[in-house]
Amino acid sequence: MLIKKPADILPSEITPQRLFERRREFISRSGTGLLAGAALWHGLPSSARATTKLQTAPSALSTTEPLSDRDAVTGYNNFYEFGTDKADPARNAHKMALRPWTVSVEGMVGKPRRFDIDELLRVAPLEERIYRLRCVEAWSMVVPWVGFPLAALLKQVEPLGSAKYVEFVTHYDPRIMIRDVIDWPYTEGLRLDEALHPLTLLAVGVYGETLPGQNGAPLRLVVPWKYGFKSAKSIVTIRLTDKEPATAWNKFAPSEYGFYSNVNPEVRHPRWSQATERRIGELRKRPTQMFNGYAEQVASLYQGMDLKKFY
Amino acid sequence: MNLSLRNPSTATITAFKVIVFVLCLLPAANLVLGWQADALGANPIETITRASGEWTLRLLLITLAVTPLRRLSGLHWLLRLRRMLGLFVFAYAFAHLAIYLWLDQFFDWNAIALDILDRPFITVGFTAFVLLIPLAATSNSFAIRRLGGRRWQALHRSVYAIAIFAVVHFWWLVKADISRPLLYATILAVLLGLRGWWRELERRRQLSVPPPAKHLEKKMIRLVPRQ
Repeated sequence: MLIKKPADILPSEITPQRLFERRREFISRSGTGLLAGAALWHGLPSSARATTKLQTAPSALSTTEPLSDRDAVTGYNNFYEFGTDKADPARNAHKMALRPWTVSVEGMVGKPRRFDIDELLRVAPLEERIYRLRCVEAWSMVVPWVGFPLAALLKQVEPLGSAKYVEFVTHYDPRIMIRDVIDWPYTEGLRLDEALHPLTLLAVGVYGETLPGQNGAPLRLVVPWKYGFKSAKSIVTIRLTDKEPATAWNKFAPSEYGFYSNVNPEVRHPRWSQATERRIGELRKRPTQMFNGYAEQVASLYQGMDLKKFY
Repeated sequence: MNLSLRNPSTATITAFKVIVFVLCLLPAANLVLGWQADALGANPIETITRASGEWTLRLLLITLAVTPLRRLSGLHWLLRLRRMLGLFVFAYAFAHLAIYLWLDQFFDWNAIALDILDRPFITVGFTAFVLLIPLAATSNSFAIRRLGGRRWQALHRSVYAIAIFAVVHFWWLVKADISRPLLYATILAVLLGLRGWWRELERRRQLSVPPPAKHLEKKMIRLVPRQ
């Protein structure tokens, strides 16, 4: 019997390691089908296009802890508009068109304005801020956000002296997002002094590139000392008010999700113990730190407040 | 091998048992292989906790479906699969609890005690597990003989409460999207509702048997055959 020896693989046929390692990304990106692929080729839908690189400067406010896996950061998300499973947002968020995108900054401000996303990218130099992210579900990550302080944007619209709070309204499109579960659009809020804190970031990117849809593209809030749900994604309106804004999860279950929702291992929660957390990628839980480890910078904001009452 | 579904031979029933046994092992095998291949997502402990819990509930509902299925289809031999299904419920519940105690909490008994006392969904889930223990322990012919059929059956009726607790455990766990717990609650309601309905029919049937002739009323013992 003749046993044929298979021809050697030509070196030119071997996929470069760099590309090989990104094969899943390639498959998932081609997953939208040939049609999307063809459209992409012709440069049509900007939302389907891959993220683009951003020029960033490092920040002294970054943690030096090891970063969470990029696959975890972009594949394990809570973005209920795109589905309640952690993997749903990465599957579905590509349906959201990211351009044109404008953000209205309005309410109790001297100069209300509608900003185009390209203007927002130039509000202030982009910095890389590596922050701990603590989800109320008792898991955490370390995420290299790219963005600029919210304070830089608010300064441009000149908040009135009477403004006390900032409300964030996020994008809602019932044609591509789910219709029930909680009240849409998702809204969040901060006290003005929290919003002006130097740690409070408007993120436009992660891992050195523009945000993927599932992470809240094109513009999201990041408040690292609060539970993750406070950091509203895909923002369309920023409104300054003198009343505490209603917030989405607080409306849904007021006893579980307070307006402040500062990371606090002392405050009990009926679903998850907040005393410990699992850092994604690690097996054993670690103790949760007060204000997610940012107590030195932010504790003074809450001086004299009973944080068990204002949870 | 007798392939008649209505009245299969012992060998056929054994073959069915083997098939069901293997099917019941598949979800567990899938999780073990997924764990080894690191294919369970960013939070594998959460994945196996959820999956083992959900399979416990599914198997419990399948076990509770045996009696209605048997009655509706007339396939009485289905009953002979029930013990194995019930023991698989216990095995998955045990795995679910073990994952929580070991991988999730690393035997931090303080945290575990606080969870059981403080978090209603854990309280009710833990209660369901504790109630399963005597059922698993008496799922053998020896225990039936020792307890006697009537007492054994009374004990095993607690599975209805366990099933309700299990659905509530899932319902209270989810943050907002109750679609899956609602699905299981609906299935459970149908399974329990059928039993209630049949019980009611039986009661009416008993009542509908005409009373004996007046002059015999005192002396006669009424025997109304069960089906």
